[in-house]
Amino acid sequence: MQGGHVANDQSTGELPLLSVRSLSKLFGSFKACDGIDLDIGHGEIHALLGENGAGKSTLVKMLFGILAPSAGSISWQGTDTLVANPAAARRLGIGMVFQHFSLFEALTVAENIALSLDEKISIADLSKKAAELSIAYGLPLDPDAHVADLSVGERQRIEIVRALLQNPKLIILDEPTSVLTPQEADRLFETLFKLRAEGRSVLYISHRLEEVQRICDRATVLRHGKVTGVCDPRQETPASLARMMVGAEVAGVEKVEPPADGALQLEVTSLSVSPRSPFAMPLKSVSMTVRAGEVLAIAGVAGNGQSELFDALSGEYPVESADSIRIRGQSVGRLGINARRLLGAGFVPEERHGHAAVPAMSLSENLFLSRNASDRKAYLAGGKLGLIRHGLVQQAARRISEMMDVRKSGDDPAAGSLSGGNLQKFIVGRELDRQPSVLVVNQPTWGVDAGAASRIRQALVDLAKSGSAVVVISQDLDEIFEVATSIAAISEGKLSQAHPAGSMNREKIGILMGGMHGLETAHAH
Amino acid sequence: MRIELERRPRQSALFAIVSPLLALALTVVFGGIMFALLGKDPVSALYSFFIEPLLEVWSLHELAIKAGPLILIAVGLSVCYRSNNWNIGAEGQFTVGAITGSLLPIVFYEWHSPLLLPLMMVMGALGGAAYAGIPALLKTRFNTNEILTSLMLVYIAQLFLDWLVRGAWRDPGGYNFPQSRSFVSEAVLPEILSSSGRAHWGFAFALIAAVAVWLMMRYTLKGFQIVVLGQSERAGRFAGFSSRGMVWFSMLFSGALAGLAGISEVSGSIGHLQPSISPGYGFTAIIVAFLGRLNPLGIVAAGLVLALTYLGGEGAQLSIGVSDKVTRVFQGLLLFFVLSCDTLILYKVRIVFDRGRKLAGRSAS
Repeated sequence: MQGGHVANDQSTGELPLLSVRSLSKLFGSFKACDGIDLDIGHGEIHALLGENGAGKSTLVKMLFGILAPSAGSISWQGTDTLVANPAAARRLGIGMVFQHFSLFEALTVAENIALSLDEKISIADLSKKAAELSIAYGLPLDPDAHVADLSVGERQRIEIVRALLQNPKLIILDEPTSVLTPQEADRLFETLFKLRAEGRSVLYISHRLEEVQRICDRATVLRHGKVTGVCDPRQETPASLARMMVGAEVAGVEKVEPPADGALQLEVTSLSVSPRSPFAMPLKSVSMTVRAGEVLAIAGVAGNGQSELFDALSGEYPVESADSIRIRGQSVGRLGINARRLLGAGFVPEERHGHAAVPAMSLSENLFLSRNASDRKAYLAGGKLGLIRHGLVQQAARRISEMMDVRKSGDDPAAGSLSGGNLQKFIVGRELDRQPSVLVVNQPTWGVDAGAASRIRQALVDLAKSGSAVVVISQDLDEIFEVATSIAAISEGKLSQAHPAGSMNREKIGILMGGMHGLETAHAH
Repeated sequence: MRIELERRPRQSALFAIVSPLLALALTVVFGGIMFALLGKDPVSALYSFFIEPLLEVWSLHELAIKAGPLILIAVGLSVCYRSNNWNIGAEGQFTVGAITGSLLPIVFYEWHSPLLLPLMMVMGALGGAAYAGIPALLKTRFNTNEILTSLMLVYIAQLFLDWLVRGAWRDPGGYNFPQSRSFVSEAVLPEILSSSGRAHWGFAFALIAAVAVWLMMRYTLKGFQIVVLGQSERAGRFAGFSSRGMVWFSMLFSGALAGLAGISEVSGSIGHLQPSISPGYGFTAIIVAFLGRLNPLGIVAAGLVLALTYLGGEGAQLSIGVSDKVTRVFQGLLLFFVLSCDTLILYKVRIVFDRGRKLAGRSAS
């Protein structure tokens, strides 16, 4: 795979391109990175593996000059270096593609690229150069297109071309495939192979084991800010990599087959919603049915209408037509979220802080947040006065924490003080505790550590087993295969037909996610 | 070298208590410097400003008279601010409450009845609420900013009062002075302890309101809604609470308390309407609300402190001959220091000595 001169570089025993020794970063008393060693050779794709909060982002921010290290050294091609800021990093030959893009939607591709360059260059020259580069690396891009009209995958290409214009020796990519369909990801990998063949190095940050094994030559694994292993990912199994990441064996999810004819619990018919803001996605005639015992997973790349669908299903934003959504046979389209909860539905939104929970409030108050209407009889006293029975609510919060194994400091701490995974376990547990007959969950394990994710997924499967209908909206294909009994995909506000999970594979889902509905046309392709 | 603010992992309980005291101390220090610059002896000036008013019974009564409206208004505002609605126009609602509450004793001045006083109080509260309803309507209907609308309405209310007492409601037997008829005795809010001084029931209203709101915030669903919607509108929507409903509730509630404060002041302390009925209670109450950390019981303490600055300012005018603007300066200093000291609750201050700025330049070249 490696180009000739690259092999030479390594055989002559030349110093690594980048070498990091006992690099640490402290935030107050918290060690985000704790004595990290990392070597990146010439012409290799090096994976940086770790769960959320393992210190990956902090580490690369230090490499790119965004954060100053508290201790340790960075050496670049054998010389000790202090990367003062991103401009200095770019001059050294380090380029970075962030997980969250920084692009102006109203400007063209070329204008956006020009904004990031340190030296002055005319837009026309730049367009030409960008076009050449994008062709050379298989990243088709029209320099005159407006960013607002581009897909997420295309936007990522702008960022990559932007980095390539600096002719970098090392490119850092932060979770690049989290916004791509499997097909788009394949394309990106080809670009990475081209870069490697030219002797450039890539630092590839990810928590997706499968792709790391596919494309990376070496991997450094982080856990709690420390290096827990350096390996060749191809020599490892997903289980052994996961063990290095998590520090323990991760339980697989046990699935059961759904009963063939469960009662119809959730029915959506030709649901159309016009966008509330200029950047929202309209829903276009969405239909689905979910029966008791079924887990319907809705796959899709972020920003294709998932949150709009959740808002409509939950009733946070009721829709115009009452009949377009039915919960247990009742038309609920125009009802608010609490009326739907009273019919036995439960909801878990994507964003934990400020939507599913108020960070500054205690866990018990956050329990009351979603159940103030559905458990009115239990938790409120004094009739019109509406006195909250804090004691009972706290008891229930304790019960839920125990059931879901929520690790916390203190009896009833502020929700914001919990880690993402523990808070998510609580938020999911808060709904499970009610035994909802319909549960709608948006991105249930987004940014959650592997242990908590597996527990949450098992809980969703168990809920369906006990006779509830579950809808899981997710971007994570591994998760979808773990929990789903049937799978649909959402693309540009349109929902595909649902297919039995057994009949689906990554390629088929990818095609659905790309918006080509109906597998027949896809096969002909 | 640079100064860094570092977020604390959790709120510092110590600084939550120390911060207001630190702010008070800093206010006194800088007030002393101000007096020194004015050529007065700082120690004796501060003594006559902050200590003297507390030494006599009659002046404690005056303190209660001044603290009453401040506390009553600030308690209402605390509900508003906790719910993330920014009513800045309490002064206007105070004025309108005073006008609507005075309608009966001025227009129907021959009516004598024990019902008169309660009706006046109710009408004052309704008037204040209705006036606060205007920014609420504008916010919910047209998404206007309630900070601006409520503030601008203050000046409309003040000029309307001015027009009334110079025109339609001027006392026919008042030698053309710009003031209304004096209230009949049934329309005057009685003193709490008439034997020792003139503090009236307005102060009692304030204490009752403070305790009631404290109970509401702590124990009821309504209080929960207020806090949730104030922290995150989206989480409030998820809980099924209406943020639009909360705009109405918080504005009307704070307007009603400001209106009640207005009619209590006019009925209890002044006895008629005149062009100016408030030394800026509605604005000072904003400081009171924040100095009391938006907690009704804290507001009682804060209201007493701010009332002392009014009283001390009046005393200092006479005894050491400084302008009454000094009062405003003290209030401004206090708010400034309260807000800045609050930073210490959430952040630690650290001084960082930067290592190797020069090195960075070398490596980049």
